[in-house]
Amino acid sequence: MTTTAPTPAAVGKVGEARRPRSRREPGSWGAVVYLVPALVVFVAFFFFPLGRSIYLSFQRSDLFGRPRGFVGVEHYTDLFTDPGFGKTLLVTLGFTLLTVIPSILIGLVLALALQERIRAVRFFRTAFALPFAFSVATAAVVFGVMLNPATGVVNGLLSYVGVAPVGWLTEPSTALLAVAATSVWMQVGYNLLVLSAGLGAVPDDVLEAARLDGASGLRLQTGVVLPLISPQLFFLAVTGTVQALQSFGQIHILTRGGPDRSTQTLVYSIYDVAFANNNSNFGAGSAQAIVLLVVVLAITAFQFGFLQRKVFYS
Amino acid sequence: MATATSPAPTAARPPAARRPTSARHRSGGGRVLNYVLLGVLFLVLLFPVYYGLVGSFMSPSDINTFPPRLWPVSGFVAENYANALEVIPLARQYLNSAAVAVLVVVGQLVTSVLAAYALVFLRIRGRRFWFALLLSTMMIPWEAIIIPNYLAMAELGLINTVAALALPYLAAGFGVFLLRQAFLTFPMELRDAARVDGVGSFGFLWRILVPLTRPTIAALGVWSFLSAWNMYFWPLLITQAPENQTIQIGIAQLQSVDANDPGMVLAGVVLALLPTLALVLFGQRFIVRGLTAGSGR
Repeated sequence: MTTTAPTPAAVGKVGEARRPRSRREPGSWGAVVYLVPALVVFVAFFFFPLGRSIYLSFQRSDLFGRPRGFVGVEHYTDLFTDPGFGKTLLVTLGFTLLTVIPSILIGLVLALALQERIRAVRFFRTAFALPFAFSVATAAVVFGVMLNPATGVVNGLLSYVGVAPVGWLTEPSTALLAVAATSVWMQVGYNLLVLSAGLGAVPDDVLEAARLDGASGLRLQTGVVLPLISPQLFFLAVTGTVQALQSFGQIHILTRGGPDRSTQTLVYSIYDVAFANNNSNFGAGSAQAIVLLVVVLAITAFQFGFLQRKVFYS
Repeated sequence: MATATSPAPTAARPPAARRPTSARHRSGGGRVLNYVLLGVLFLVLLFPVYYGLVGSFMSPSDINTFPPRLWPVSGFVAENYANALEVIPLARQYLNSAAVAVLVVVGQLVTSVLAAYALVFLRIRGRRFWFALLLSTMMIPWEAIIIPNYLAMAELGLINTVAALALPYLAAGFGVFLLRQAFLTFPMELRDAARVDGVGSFGFLWRILVPLTRPTIAALGVWSFLSAWNMYFWPLLITQAPENQTIQIGIAQLQSVDANDPGMVLAGVVLALLPTLALVLFGQRFIVRGLTAGSGR
């Protein structure tokens, strides 16, 4: 790296050079050296595996998962003619909606409430940041304990108001809800942070003007404040969706895709096909992985396109 | 919390300082409603934190009672912790997690600082291409390439090693993005002044740029630590023997080993939480900075 240092002679010429930067910085290939460490990691663990994922998705695999010949798009046609995979996609969609929408709404209510001048704002902010300490595993394990049908504290508390015990994680009708609730809980603090930052940047005189025009309460919030923080809301919707699509730990710990595949999301299905019970069906698993990739890329591209337009606009 | 944070086109800005203003507070009924909302959400959202902590000290008779107890009526028991330590080799798993986290933090800081520095301060042929290439890694969902990465580790004979746990995470597109944003706002006069003083390219990076952008670098460090410490899917695949597993897999094991001993399971959770809890309580501003970096408009 020392070869990139400017020579003393070059330093002496600062006054003469019209654009001193261009003269003294290392030549174009010298500079690329700084990118090499990151590039090596990315090539080895992102770009190469990406190519291999695509390759594997067109291959039959043997019992040990080794590729054993080209099968074309067979894995893909299998997927899209299998009603089970249709259900997986529906479950994935349901899980995403059940996670993203409530976590944004709760985060928004909290952010608006904390925006008011009340005492103990700092206390509340610290309190709501505590779930950040939880990993997906610790959060899922705690929710698993709380949602236990026989001894769990959730059913216990509900019994006080006369609700019969619910098999949260063992009933197909509630399992997805329970897994989504765990995810929402983990996401709310982050959404609160982002929305608070957005609200903090809303100029006071805009609010004052709206008030003078007679807007107040809910109308002020929905008519004036929400549009002003729509970039943050949109950002959370898109990144939250991408993140929900990638969720795995809470499903693995709480339900293992069950009962009756009611929590079998796309990512869990990849795990199930390729890794669970030594299934080792890496070809079929890779085809599902490529479906996931396409979905996530489409959403991200949409985000970039939209934000680009937004920036131009404002 | 391996958050897939995507970049927004402009730099994040910290929440604006709140000026005292009449526009932001309501009076009377509005304020009461506000407190009620906050109170209810506080109770609901903080309950898992409370119950995890208190439950870890409850005797089996207290925690398995129906209707439930919210306080260890028959006294605090530390036995749960001893039991958890018997089921999982916790010290060993802590060490594994710490080793992975340290490697990942150092790796991401080094690779991100170097790459962001080059993108902002050096003349590179095809700068836009390189930037796009580095950022594109943020858009590839890790789960979509986890099969080939697993196969590669198996072929290299690295299953059950710390190296396999850390290697794929030694660089992160998010780190490059975050530091690039910070470097872009760095006063160019300082760069020129350093050059006049004969400070070389690497000297400027190491002795001037890094110290002066320390808060952002610290934010990235905290963010990488949290995501490395909290990983689940990858360690689940890469490690099999309990003594090679990370603490996250360890506590998941606790639950599957004995779901009838919730106090013990929660004790394991509390132990796994200690480092990240300390980080959240004492490093909050760095967490906020790191987490909201992509969200500015």
